[in-house]
Formats: sequence, C-alpha cells, structure tokens
Amino acid sequence: MTAAALPLVHAAPTFALELAYWQETLIKVGVLLAVIPFGALVLGYVYLLKMMSHMQSRLGPMEAGPHGVLQLVADGVKFLQKEDIFPERADRFVFAAAPMIVLLGTFLVYVVVPAGPNLVIADLDVGIFFALGVASISVIGVLMAGWASASKYSLLGGLRSAGQLVAYELPLIFAVVGVAMQAGTLSLQGIVAYQAEGAIFGFDAIGLPLIIPQFVGFALFMISAQAELTQTPFDMPVAESELVGGYHVEYTGFRFLLFFMGEFGTAFALSAIAATLFLGGWYVPGIDPGTTLANVVGPIALFLKTMIVAFFIFWARISFPRFREDQLQGFAWKWLVQIALANVLLTGLFMELF
Amino acid sequence: MVAQNVAFGILAAAMVIAALRVVTTQNVVHAALYLVVVLAGAAGLFVLLAAEFMAVVQVIVYIGAIVVLFLFGIMLTRARMGKEAGLDNEQRGLSLAVALLLLGVLAFVLVDAFSDTRVEPTTIVRTGDVGIRIFETYMLQFQAVGFLLLATLVGAIVLARRD
Repeated sequence: MTAAALPLVHAAPTFALELAYWQETLIKVGVLLAVIPFGALVLGYVYLLKMMSHMQSRLGPMEAGPHGVLQLVADGVKFLQKEDIFPERADRFVFAAAPMIVLLGTFLVYVVVPAGPNLVIADLDVGIFFALGVASISVIGVLMAGWASASKYSLLGGLRSAGQLVAYELPLIFAVVGVAMQAGTLSLQGIVAYQAEGAIFGFDAIGLPLIIPQFVGFALFMISAQAELTQTPFDMPVAESELVGGYHVEYTGFRFLLFFMGEFGTAFALSAIAATLFLGGWYVPGIDPGTTLANVVGPIALFLKTMIVAFFIFWARISFPRFREDQLQGFAWKWLVQIALANVLLTGLFMELF
Repeated sequence: MVAQNVAFGILAAAMVIAALRVVTTQNVVHAALYLVVVLAGAAGLFVLLAAEFMAVVQVIVYIGAIVVLFLFGIMLTRARMGKEAGLDNEQRGLSLAVALLLLGVLAFVLVDAFSDTRVEPTTIVRTGDVGIRIFETYMLQFQAVGFLLLATLVGAIVLARRD
C-alpha cells in the first residue's frame, strides 16, 4: 500500500493474475494462520527434539514417522484429546481468553515480515515498530493467565514473566534503532532494500547485511529476544524447581497447546525479524529483487536465514544454566540498556563522519 | 467512507461499553482489563485516521507498559478473585461534574478550532515526517518533556530508596 511512497524499494514485478481485495485478504489470513503452527512444529522438531538430543549423544524420538518427524503432531493430537480443566476458583473468562491474547501478539508480528518483493501481508510505514509494539500485547496475556489460574505458583510466574518482558523490551527496541537509523526507514521492505543495494567498502556482491555494521545491535537483539522468549538462561519465570511450571501451570489440553504454539511461534517470528533486520531477509545475492524469481526464492531464503538465527537461540537454551532473578533484572537495566544507548550514539556519530 | 464510518461506530460502541465497565465492575483486575479494551479502541481510531505511528505508540506505551504496570501493582498487592466490596466511594457527584466539564472543554475546543472544516483523512502520515516535526519544529518542547520525565524518574528512585 505504501510501496509507491518508498523510493528505496525496487519496482516490484507485476503478475498476470489479478485478485479481488477479499480474495487477497482471504489468502493472506490463511497464510498467517498457517505460519504459527508451521514455525512451532519446525523449531520444536528440528531444534528442541533432534538437535538437543544429538548434542547430548542420544537419538531423541524415533518411532512416530521416519526419524520421529511426526512426534510433535502426535503430541498435538494427544493434547487435543485431553480433558479441558478449569481450576475450581479460576476466573473462567479471563482464564480462557489468556492464551488467545498471547497468540494474538504473535499472530500480528507476522503481518509486517516480508518474504519476497511482493510477498508481504502489509508493508506498513511503521514496519518494525509495529512488530515490536504488537509483540508487547503478549505480556497482558501472560499476566491474565497467571492471575486467573487462582494459584500462587501461576501468579508468581506471571509476575516474573511480566517483569522480565518489560525489562528486556527496552534493549530490544533500542537495538533496532541503530538499524532503522542506518537504513533510514522503519519499513521492513525498506530495510531489506537498503541491505540489497548497499556495499561493503565498494564490494557489492553480497549487498550490505546490517549484521556487519550493526554487530553490537545484533548481539543486543539476540540476548533480548532470548529473554523475551523466556528461553534458558532467562527462564526464571518458568523455573520448574521453584514454580512448578510458571504462569501456565494450571493449563491442560488444547489451552496448554496454545501456549506452546505461542512460545515457539514467537521464537520463529523474532528469528524471522532478526533475519530480516540483520541478514538481508528474503534477498539472495545475485537475484535481482525486480524479477519474479525473487518472489520464488525469497521465502526459501528467509526460512533458511530464520533457521540460522533460531539455531543460536536454541543452542544457548541447551547450553547455559539459569540466571538468578536479581542478576536477570540487573543485566537488563545496568548493562544492556546502556550498551544499546551507546550503540545508538555511535551509529549517529559514524553516520555523520562517513 | 462508509467502511470507515461503520468501523468507527463499532469501535466507539465497544469503547463506551468498556469504559463504563471500567468504573462499574466489582473486580480491580477486570477494571484494568476493560481499560485495555478502551485503549485498544483508541489505537483503532488512530488507524482509521491514517495515523499509523500514533496507533503503534498507543499500543506500545499504554497497553504494553502502563496497563502492565497497573496489573503488576494490583497483583503484587491485592488481586482478589471474584467480586470485591468497598471499591466505591462517596465522590460520584464530584467525578460526574469533572467528567462533564472535561467533555465540555474538549468539545468546545474541537468545534472552535475546526467548526465546519472537512478534514480529509486520505494521506497516511509518514513516520519520517513525525520525526522531523519532533526534532526540528518542536525540539524545545521535546527536550522539556524529556527533562521532566528524567526528573520524575530520579524523584521515584529517591522515594523508593530506603537508605
């Protein structure tokens, strides 16, 4: 919708196939609804089940399907069959609505992630700011779940989660500021176009992936994303030795499945955002973004780059011990925010000098 | 324009109902959650006015931070389940007067400033333009607000420190 107003974006190819607005919307919503379970399944199988097992010299699930590929599908079916239990004193409406709110935040992030020159739900002018804004909706869902369960473990888990999510949202947003400053736009398509057109000191064969000038921003983004996802070492909110299971301890059956999908769907979404911001997104060196081929290769390239980023998230998850709560909060407020502010300052300084 | 009007009607109705529930509900947490609906509706109104940046700011600041802070405070102190008595006080008449006064002032300012002018909400306000306005035209005001917030932060730390 704003493609015409963005001078940075290449002239996108046009198609012979013209769809009505409602047909287009239907396809877009369908794709959006499919992406979250797809991302959750892929990340869960490839990294959580298989990579973790092989790193620990074991096989992991092997029975359901070849090499256990259908294990998570089987688990999903199992969850659907289970009894839908509400705790006796629970606030039923809030309890039921909480997982939906968490998923809504994840769902809306995908709206602005581009998978090709034409393949984007809506190329908003506020792009990355929108993605980070709607991601913060999930905090409300987490607090709702923790409170409505009428259990002290849930409530403590919910409070710890919310405190952590709010603390690490700040460095996450500041880490992106450097990228937005350098690309000169908040639109994710604009940021991809900047990386495709850029050059590393005159060497323009691979464009300019922003991970090179913004390596500090990338490190900050990955650390904060790890904390936003409450993955180890930042998994204090779901510390099973103290809180049993955190804010979703009272959830069973398909409501628990929704939380699981929300967690891994958000991991996939934040990895896709990191891949778009720092690794060039759907752009593949050598393929002109103005051709139809870019639309075909784009999603595959974005998927592979997303998987590379997600690999580091899960590698850290299975390698490090847990932070203590005060270390966790101190790390965000005393270190990450300051480094992020220095990064913004230095980016501005370098942009003035060069 | 019909679609916008219908959307405005739905949003406005939802906001009014939720706002009434904020003050009539018998549970503090429910009141905070109804407030989320009101604020989300306001974000929707900004989208209808083609002010994308304002809409996202509304979500990130009010829903993502302020209401979360409310909920945090409530849950750390006394988030009871179910209905709770004693949430009301004897200030109804006064608050009604203040609310009506505020409505009157806002309505007068709007009518006085625009009266019959038709505002065409066709162009999307670009985020870059918002930034240029803030950092060029309104630089002094922006810095003043920033300084005020810093002073508030320092004040809060002084109040919270024990030693």
